[in-house]
Amino acid sequence: MPTATILSKIKERLPGAVLDITEFAGEHILHVQGQDILKVLTELKDDGFNFLADLTAIDNLTLGGFERFAVSYHLLSHKTAERVTVKAYISEEKPSLPSVESLWKTADWQEREVFDLYGIKFEGHPNLIRIMNPDDFEGYPLRKDYPRLGRKERDDFPVVDRPIQKRKRPE
Amino acid sequence: MTRVTEQPLETDKLVLNFGPHHPSTHGTLRIIMELEGETVTKATPEIGYLHSGFEKLGEDLDFNQYITITDRMNYLSPLCNNVAYALAAEKLIGIEVSKRTEYIRVLMCELSRIADHLLNVGMLAVDLGAMTAFLYGFKLREDIYDLFEIATGTRLTTSYTLVGGLMRDIPDGYDRAVLKVLDEVDEVTNDIETLLNKNRIWQDRTKKIGIISKDDAISYGISGPMARATGIEWDIRVNEPYSRYDEFDFDVAIALNGDVFDRYLVRMEEVRQSIKICRQSLEKMPAGDVIVDPGLGYSLPPKDEVYNSIEGLIYHFEVTMPNRGMAPPVGEAYVPTESPNGELGFYIVSDGNRTPYRVRTRPPSLINYSIFSKLIEGHMLSDAPAIIGSINVIAGELDR
Repeated sequence: MPTATILSKIKERLPGAVLDITEFAGEHILHVQGQDILKVLTELKDDGFNFLADLTAIDNLTLGGFERFAVSYHLLSHKTAERVTVKAYISEEKPSLPSVESLWKTADWQEREVFDLYGIKFEGHPNLIRIMNPDDFEGYPLRKDYPRLGRKERDDFPVVDRPIQKRKRPE
Repeated sequence: MTRVTEQPLETDKLVLNFGPHHPSTHGTLRIIMELEGETVTKATPEIGYLHSGFEKLGEDLDFNQYITITDRMNYLSPLCNNVAYALAAEKLIGIEVSKRTEYIRVLMCELSRIADHLLNVGMLAVDLGAMTAFLYGFKLREDIYDLFEIATGTRLTTSYTLVGGLMRDIPDGYDRAVLKVLDEVDEVTNDIETLLNKNRIWQDRTKKIGIISKDDAISYGISGPMARATGIEWDIRVNEPYSRYDEFDFDVAIALNGDVFDRYLVRMEEVRQSIKICRQSLEKMPAGDVIVDPGLGYSLPPKDEVYNSIEGLIYHFEVTMPNRGMAPPVGEAYVPTESPNGELGFYIVSDGNRTPYRVRTRPPSLINYSIFSKLIEGHMLSDAPAIIGSINVIAGELDR
């Protein structure tokens, strides 16, 4: 079954979830609601897209789109060698969507990376902690409103006090 | 005489910090291991020690400038990164490059693959105590880096590709230099296999260590030689050919057991196949230009023209000035390529400005490494270097 047919069938089956189907440079992109991502990806997995190649996010602050954040999933079918991109949109006020770790284990680390760099929460993720940045890091560096040069220098390094005996100056 | 009764020893759980500066991690990895005796019961990898913010930087650099950043990701095969990024940008913009460009790109990618695999096998061997294989591989890697220096001008930070072509053409007589090195590679792969394949210690240290099943490999997103060692017949060069890989005749190396030994065998076979591809590429090398379309505002003009003619100089500035030059279409493109470690993909989102809106690297090292804690559980501590070595974690690509 060609990818275009699979995508339009999913649109028929889940009418509320699919926002749009577009094509750019020969690649099919399926735009869906964030809350329905698990349903959509389960359908796609059953249709033969068995490999989650990549998971990342885009901050649509100045780009424009359905919502502020888009989490994009690149799926691959080992049988037909076809790829499809699924973009799940979530709002700025409630940046969270269901985790797909139950479908693919690779989503574990990749969702942690998106959480670390974008602050998007994945419901049902077993261990959602920062992966690249230290745990006490403030802010989400890949968001468009985070300055490239950073917010400030870190000044809260722990200071180790060593009792150093000061020499008396010879008089 | 009292009789000694055997009582179970009460042992405490030992928590061991492996890294960040352990010699076998080849970079900065940290693994927190919980040991029961010498057996690892739980391993928690901690990454991020080399997090450099490449993706954030990419939003501020234009398409040609970002190529210099891609060198620093997988620093063992920088040319593969250059090519992968250029392919993604070309797909987004819609540029067709010349046939000669694509053949040179294939040649360079395959030479990188040879260097990467030889170094990886050598490193795996030296971590397990076999120094000789390492020296054989390392010497040849130096020779291949010399070839890169002849073509690109540098050994490591090559930045060889441009959007729409290559920085410069390969010099005359380059094929003779390459063929000489390829002959040596052919001999040395045989030497390394003679040294290791039937070596009892090598077999004991690598066979049945870190076994990945086929289903796990798909679930964890494993790609490249690691996936092929589990029996998945998937090579992007064959299944989704890019850069005219469909015009080359080569086989895909497959193994079935999915352990460290099989990953090593797959890598050695891939070196042989890469030699074949390099030879074919040199034989069939078409004539022509390596920079196309010096009218679109994407690719820089040849350096001769920039230095020797006013039109070239004007054009160079037209491309590089911040308020001129590129105007790519609004859209996005994801291009997967077969790098030595696995599927290296670049995902570029453009909003029509000269700098990309978002550049994402799909790093094979990160995704292949995520299975590590599952692999090491139940193995001895001394198997950790073997498993890390066979995954081929490159810290620059892991953290970006």
